[in-house]
Amino acid sequence: MKSSPDASKGIKLTAEVAKMMKFQRFQDYFFHKITLFFASLVLVILAGILISLVINAWPALREFGPGFFFSTEWDVVGEKFGGLTAIYGTLITSILALIIAIPVSFGIAVFLTEICPNWLKRPLGTAVELLAAVPSIIYGMFGLFVFAPIFSSHIQPFLTDTVGQIPFLGVLFRGPANGIGLLCAALILAFMVIPFITSVMRDVFEIVPPVLKESAYGIGCTTWEVVTRIVLPYTRAGVVGGVMLGLGRALGETMAVTFVIGNAHRITPSFFAPGSSIASTLANEFGEAEPGLHYSSLFALGLTLFIITFIVLALAKWMLANMERAQGTKN
Amino acid sequence: MRTKIAKIFLLGALASATVSSFAIDITGAGASFPAPVYSKWAEAYQKQTGNKVNYASIGSSGGIKQIREKTVDFGATDAPLKGDALDKDGMVQFPAIIGGVVAVVNLPGFKPGELKLDGETLANIFNGDINNWNAAQIAAVNPGKKLPDQAITVVTRSDGSGTTAVFTDYLTKANKRWADSIGSGAIVKWPALSTVGGKGNEGVSANVSRVKGSIGYVEYAYAKLNKMTTLQLKNLDGKFVSPSLDSFKAAAAGANWSSTPGMGISMTNQPGANSWPIAAASFILMYKDPANKEKSSEAIKFFEWAFKNGASTAVELEYVPLPANVTDYIAKNVWSNIAK
Repeated sequence: MKSSPDASKGIKLTAEVAKMMKFQRFQDYFFHKITLFFASLVLVILAGILISLVINAWPALREFGPGFFFSTEWDVVGEKFGGLTAIYGTLITSILALIIAIPVSFGIAVFLTEICPNWLKRPLGTAVELLAAVPSIIYGMFGLFVFAPIFSSHIQPFLTDTVGQIPFLGVLFRGPANGIGLLCAALILAFMVIPFITSVMRDVFEIVPPVLKESAYGIGCTTWEVVTRIVLPYTRAGVVGGVMLGLGRALGETMAVTFVIGNAHRITPSFFAPGSSIASTLANEFGEAEPGLHYSSLFALGLTLFIITFIVLALAKWMLANMERAQGTKN
Repeated sequence: MRTKIAKIFLLGALASATVSSFAIDITGAGASFPAPVYSKWAEAYQKQTGNKVNYASIGSSGGIKQIREKTVDFGATDAPLKGDALDKDGMVQFPAIIGGVVAVVNLPGFKPGELKLDGETLANIFNGDINNWNAAQIAAVNPGKKLPDQAITVVTRSDGSGTTAVFTDYLTKANKRWADSIGSGAIVKWPALSTVGGKGNEGVSANVSRVKGSIGYVEYAYAKLNKMTTLQLKNLDGKFVSPSLDSFKAAAAGANWSSTPGMGISMTNQPGANSWPIAAASFILMYKDPANKEKSSEAIKFFEWAFKNGASTAVELEYVPLPANVTDYIAKNVWSNIAK
C-alpha cells in the first residue's frame, strides 16, 4: 500500500501515483455519468408513460370532449363512454378509506411510540410491517371470502339501523346488504393502507428528539398535549408524506377492489351499492377492448388516474409549504 | 479457459435442443364457458402424448383479441364470428363442444330445479322491472310455491363474454322489449339497478353463491360443480325443462351446421319438447395460414384426439360432445383449409 501523496509538502508525484489518480478521476466521472443516467431514466419513463397515455386517449377525448369526465354512460355496443362512474368510485373509496385509516394509524403510531410497554414494541412493530408487505391480491381474497360475509350479515344491518336512520345522511348507508360495494371496497382499502401510514408515522415519531418530549413532560404536559403540540408539529412533513403514500396506494389499488366493488356502471347515492373504480374498470375490460373508442376511453381513464395522482401529490406539497410558512410566522 | 467455456456452451445448446424436441406446448385462450372441459381434455392429452395444452379462460372477447394478435395458437369463443369477419382475418372457425347456459339463484330453501321461470319473466328480472322474489309475475309461473320477500340482486358478467352473448340472444328471442331496448352481445348495458358484475363464469358463480336473493347466468358445468340452485325454464314448445345432458342434446339435434359460413349457428330457443332453451356451441378460431405451422398442426391433433377420445369426459361434465357426422364435416371442410 503506497502512502498517499501530500501535495502541501510538495512531494513529487511518482508515475504509479499519477496513474492511480487518473484511474480514480475516471472512476468518479464514470460513477457520475452512470448515476445521472439512472436518474434521467426515471424522467424518460415518466415522460414516456404520459405521452403514450395522451396519444392513446386522444381519440376518445376528441370524440367526447370535456364531457367525458362528467358523463356516466358506459355503453360498449353503442360506443358512448363517460368516466364519471369510475372517477367517482375511485375517489369515494379512497377518501372513505383514508377517513377510516388516518385516525386508526395515528392511534397505532402514538401507542407504539408513547404508551407501548417495551416488550410489546418489537412484535407489534413487526406485525404492522408484515401487514404492509402482504400482497394486495391476498387482501382481495380475504375481502371477498372472509370479510364480505361478515360485512353483509353484521356490519351492514347495524349501519342501516343506526346511521341509516339519520334524515339526510342516512341515504348513504341504506340499501340491500349484499356485502359487496363501495363501502366494502373502502374498508378493504383501509386495511391495506393502515400499515403503510402507521409505519411511516411511527418512524417519524421516533426521530423526535427525546429532549423536546422530556422537557414537555417535565413542565407537566399530558401525553395528548405532548403528541399534538410537540410531536405532530415536528413531524408534519413525514405525516403528510405517509398519508399521501397511503392515498396513492388506495387510488391505484386494482385486484383487491375489483373483487369486492361489484363492477356496476352506475352511480347510486348509497355507499352500499356496487360501483366501479378506474382500476377495476381497466382490469375488467382492458384485456378484450378492440382498438377503437372503447380502447381509447380506457386509456383516457388511465390518464385521469395519472392526473388525479399528480394533483394529490401537488396538493400534499402545497399543504406542507403552507404549514411550514405558518410555523415560520408563528415562530 | 476459453475452450472450457466453449465446451459448456455447446453442451448447453445441445441439451436444450434435445429437450425442446420432446414436447410441443400449444396455447389457447378465450371463453370460460368450455374451460372446464378443455382443461380436463388437456390433462388427459398430456398424460397420453406428453404435449401440453395451456388454456387461459379470459372470456370470449379476450380470446378473439388474442388470436387476432397471434399471441395464442387457437382462440375460443361462444359468440361465433360471422363469415365476412373470418374472411377478413383469414381464420377458420369450428365448434368444439356443446353446452347449456343456466340461470342460477341463491334462495335458501329451494332445491335445484324447483323454481320455474319463463323467458318473459327472466327478461323482466334482468332488466330490473321485477325486483323482489315475491312479485306476482314470478308467483304466476310457480303456483303453490311460497316465495320469500327478498330483494333480487342481478349478477352479470363484467367482462366481454360469449356466455353473455348466448344468454342475451335467448332473452332477445323470448322478450320483444329486450330485443328492442337492449339486444344481445358480449357486453350489454344491463339496466337493472341492482346489477353486480363478476369476472368470468367463475366470478358470477362466486357472487351468486355469496349474495342472498341473487340470480345470475353461468355455464351448466359451473352450476353443477359448485352445486348451485338451477331453475327450470319454459322452452319454445311450452314445456318446463331442467338443464341436463338430454335437454342440451335435444336442443342440438336439429342443428344445421353447414347453413352458416364458419358454422356459427345459434342454438337458443330450439323446437323440441325436451329442448333446453339456452343451449350453445363453443367455437375455436385458427388461422388458415398460421405463422407457426408446427403448433397449429399440433392444435388440430389435440382437437382430433379430443373429438375421438374426449366424449366421456365431456359427458361427465354435462357437455354434449359433437356427433360423429359433425366431426367428420369439420375434418373434411375446415381442417383441410389450414395450411400444415
